Amino acid sequence: MTDDARPSPDALLREAQREGRGTLKIFLGAAPGVGKTYEMLLEGAEKLEAGADVVIGIVETHGRKETEVLVAPLPVIHRKSIVYKGQTLTEMDLDAVLERRPEIVLVDELAHTNAPGSRHPKRWQDIEELLVAGIDVMTTVNIQHVESLNDVVGSFTHVRVRETVPDKVFENAEIELIDLPPEDLIKRLDAGKIYVPDQARHALDHFFSKGNLLALRELALRHAAQYVDARIHEHRSVTGKETGYAGGQRILVAISEAAGGEQVVRAAKRLADALKAPLIALYVETPSAARFSDAEKTQLARNLSLAASLGATLQSVPATSVQEAMLAQCKELRATQLVLGKSRGKGGWFNRRDRIIQDILDGTTGIAIHVIPFQETPRGRDWRRLWPRGSWTGDLVAIGSVGALTLAAFLAQGWISRGPIDLLYLLPVIFSASFYGFRAGLIAAIAAGIAYNFFFLPPFFTVIIYGPVNIITAVLLVVVAIITGQLAARARAAAALAMRSARENASLARFATRLGAASTTEETAQLIRDELRSLLAVQTIVLHRSGDSVEITAFGQTKPDLTPIDQAAAEWVIQHGEDAGLGTNTLTASQWQFRPLKTSLGTLAVLGFRGPRGRAPIPTERAALAESLIDQAALAHERLKLEADMRDMEVVSQRDSLRAALLASLSHDLRTPLTAVTAAAAALSATGDEAELVETVRSEARRLNRFLSDLLDLTRIEEGAVTPDLVPTDLTDVIASAVGDLAKSLAGRKVQTSIDPSLPLVRADAVLLNHALLNLVDNAAKYSPQEEPIEIIARMGRRGPVIDVLDGGPGIPQGSEQRIFDRFARRETSDRTGGSGLGLAIVKGFAEAMGFTVEAARRPGGGSRFTIRIPHEATVHVSMEDIA
Amino acid sequence: MNGNILIVDDEMPIRRLLRVALERSGYATVEADCGAAALDALRQAVPKLVLLDLGLPDRDGLELIGAFREMLVPIIVLTAREASSEKVAALDLGADDYVTKPFDSEELLARIRSCLRRADQSQGHLRKMTVGPVSIDLDAHGVWKNGAEVKLTPKEFTFLGVLASHPGKVLTHTHLLREVWGPAHTDHVEYLRVTVRSLRKKLEEDPSAPMLIQNEPGVGYRFVER
Repeated sequence: MTDDARPSPDALLREAQREGRGTLKIFLGAAPGVGKTYEMLLEGAEKLEAGADVVIGIVETHGRKETEVLVAPLPVIHRKSIVYKGQTLTEMDLDAVLERRPEIVLVDELAHTNAPGSRHPKRWQDIEELLVAGIDVMTTVNIQHVESLNDVVGSFTHVRVRETVPDKVFENAEIELIDLPPEDLIKRLDAGKIYVPDQARHALDHFFSKGNLLALRELALRHAAQYVDARIHEHRSVTGKETGYAGGQRILVAISEAAGGEQVVRAAKRLADALKAPLIALYVETPSAARFSDAEKTQLARNLSLAASLGATLQSVPATSVQEAMLAQCKELRATQLVLGKSRGKGGWFNRRDRIIQDILDGTTGIAIHVIPFQETPRGRDWRRLWPRGSWTGDLVAIGSVGALTLAAFLAQGWISRGPIDLLYLLPVIFSASFYGFRAGLIAAIAAGIAYNFFFLPPFFTVIIYGPVNIITAVLLVVVAIITGQLAARARAAAALAMRSARENASLARFATRLGAASTTEETAQLIRDELRSLLAVQTIVLHRSGDSVEITAFGQTKPDLTPIDQAAAEWVIQHGEDAGLGTNTLTASQWQFRPLKTSLGTLAVLGFRGPRGRAPIPTERAALAESLIDQAALAHERLKLEADMRDMEVVSQRDSLRAALLASLSHDLRTPLTAVTAAAAALSATGDEAELVETVRSEARRLNRFLSDLLDLTRIEEGAVTPDLVPTDLTDVIASAVGDLAKSLAGRKVQTSIDPSLPLVRADAVLLNHALLNLVDNAAKYSPQEEPIEIIARMGRRGPVIDVLDGGPGIPQGSEQRIFDRFARRETSDRTGGSGLGLAIVKGFAEAMGFTVEAARRPGGGSRFTIRIPHEATVHVSMEDIA
Repeated sequence: MNGNILIVDDEMPIRRLLRVALERSGYATVEADCGAAALDALRQAVPKLVLLDLGLPDRDGLELIGAFREMLVPIIVLTAREASSEKVAALDLGADDYVTKPFDSEELLARIRSCLRRADQSQGHLRKMTVGPVSIDLDAHGVWKNGAEVKLTPKEFTFLGVLASHPGKVLTHTHLLREVWGPAHTDHVEYLRVTVRSLRKKLEEDPSAPMLIQNEPGVGYRFVER
């Protein structure tokens, strides 16, 4: 198959997402004290020495001398103090780091939990934000903090670490293993070289046993190797060189409400990692989910979110039978391996889950099934649960119907024999069980047993069971109640489930139809709000982007007041396209939960939900429905946006084709006569007054020419018709030819050039760069007095080569450093400029076409500075051996 | 008719302008307004130089270059400024130089003079020359600056030799790479950059404002003409 050689789209997507992102380097250790922080600082110091912009975000030295020596040369970002319960805690100042924008930031202790009130609960989330902002991060972590290894480490060290880091954090990171043999580590501990907080000393003494350290070291080595493996695999799938990969594996893990189910999820994750296979977490929602206690609901949510944080795809299926649903999903999702948990706790004489496992084993072929035994954390036994659930109405109906039958049978005793009376008692039992469930049936059975005994069995009017007949009758009634109740309950549950699906489908369909009819954003927003409000029964708002912030665009009766935290959470969502607020990982202090409306065009709007009194806004059983509704809402937004864009585009394209036609004719029909005029004027020789007139013709013709060329250049830029031919270029050449070209028009101007002779070659289009530089110098000449020199400097900047053009004029007006690159942005300060107002727009267009940037700034001493920045990636290094 | 300058351009005003300018400088001219007329003119008498506009109504001007080349007629191409790939193509096909529209008649005349001078000397290439403080003797394999010999690497010397034996003529990147490093390396523009940089350091008074080896952005290099 030729398809196999093609890069996998997922891998390419990941690669693309990674571009522009900072890179993460993790110094991984087996245990505290192996020297991770030391190695990180060492590398940071090396990078600093090599000219990189390195700062310390946060590093704990614990007073160790050798570490402090390393910290000394590195600039440190001041920590932020957070007062919590009277204590002052210090944390990394995330905003200060983002503001400072270093190339590389060192952040110790990846697994750290931030003080309450910080933006993110966990430090790894801070780091994620830094990476997204394009800053490289170096950090440290010990192996026991890796989420999927948490149980394994806990099982042999007997030390539970609560601070864990999701595996996905490691996925795109470069991992450097800091290895130290256990003997050396123990020596270092004994020498007091390892910092251990006093309260943890006892626990850690056990932790640092040689056996533990050996096991941890092995785990760390294996883990590091696995990531190297994964990266090689990914590299292969990006480059399309896919070989030797156990393809086609899909792991399905069953999620339940069982406490301790996390162990099952982590085991599945390890399996998926080892096989490099996708992991799907499946939850089968049975009718019993409606009867879950709060603790069970929380546990289920925790198991599901753990699976999500480990990178699993969540799938929730409503069904009456777990085993049937599971088997159907295995087939549908083409799972090759199924991971199930089996509680080791006391399951009672009949364990429902054991039954499920047995049924699945019986019902599958060709699927590997892993059963992970786990210790179910004993939950306080809920005695009320032994008594089956039902309604008071059912209980009353049960007793009432038995009473009515008893009365009727008692009055009719004369006409009928006593023989069939016990049979008649089946009627209320079956009736109650089928209409009101097992509990009503049971009550009816008990009541019937007592009534039958009391009224119709000798000795009459006593409840004394004697004789096998009586016992058989009583047992029969209860058994009938149980069977009927179960059957009826199952049928009712199935009906209820079907009804719920039907209702949800109907509301989704109705939602879709109504959204399809809406034609404005406002209308759509209101529709989305109303529909979600009625389906989810929680307070709902819709927010849209408004300038730098977000604004509520649809709400219920009254517009809710958002606190600054709520506002921040909503803004986070629109900027990052991720959930924020209550019940998420970001800005959890908000009373609202905000969800993005994500589309292929970016996050177009934000939905806000607020549950009653701070409870989770979207209940677990509604999560899947909510997900579909949000998807629909996002689609509707995308459609509107596309429609609007299309309308705009039609207008623009009409305008554009007109403009292009006009410019094409301008180009041809103006160029020829202008060429003739220019050349003819140059050939004219005149004296006296006429000489001045001829000079006017010459210079004006030249100006017209410039203007025409500028217009054409700009048209090419705007039509995307500039296709740079990037070849290794010497900036000296570019600057020298620009100066040469301008020699005539800048006659009498002093132009100083200063070029760093050690500058590397850069990949550029010499013509475009030359042209951009010409425009910059021309601009500098126009906006500065004749006697002021113009300086051109080529030097190495922090992020790559830089060309500065400096003038000694009045400088750019404050605040217009960006606007100056707009079309027709002429400066007001001078009246003798006579430019087209397009020069700088062309500079910007050409520079960006080559992947460079331009910026303008006021010089401290007066005048302006225009800078073309060339990224490091565009530099070319040539080895001399090739050339000679 | 021999010894005329042939003007090939479809725009009458340009032809007229060129004719006036050239005749004022003492050249006789012939005009052609399309490719067919140009070939006719070439057949009737061999001109001593051709000014060729590439945008002709009946054919691509590039197709004509070969025909003129065969008759050893020097060619100066008239092109638009942004068309650097067109310039390179014309030079690689054998054109001698190009002038960018809109041009100055003085500049054009200077190019014509330089081109004709090279054509006169083309039988015996220049082997010895002195430009400013630098003297080059290709046969003696030596380069001197202010009287002191300058050490060049073999590639640097070959490169300088190729360039300096055509003073005033633009040699394209591809041409230079093929001559100095061989046909397998015609894409390695970086070799040229590094060599030129090194040569400038050794020979120029101010390497950041080079006089000897001039760059034509996107096209090639030109050795200065005295």
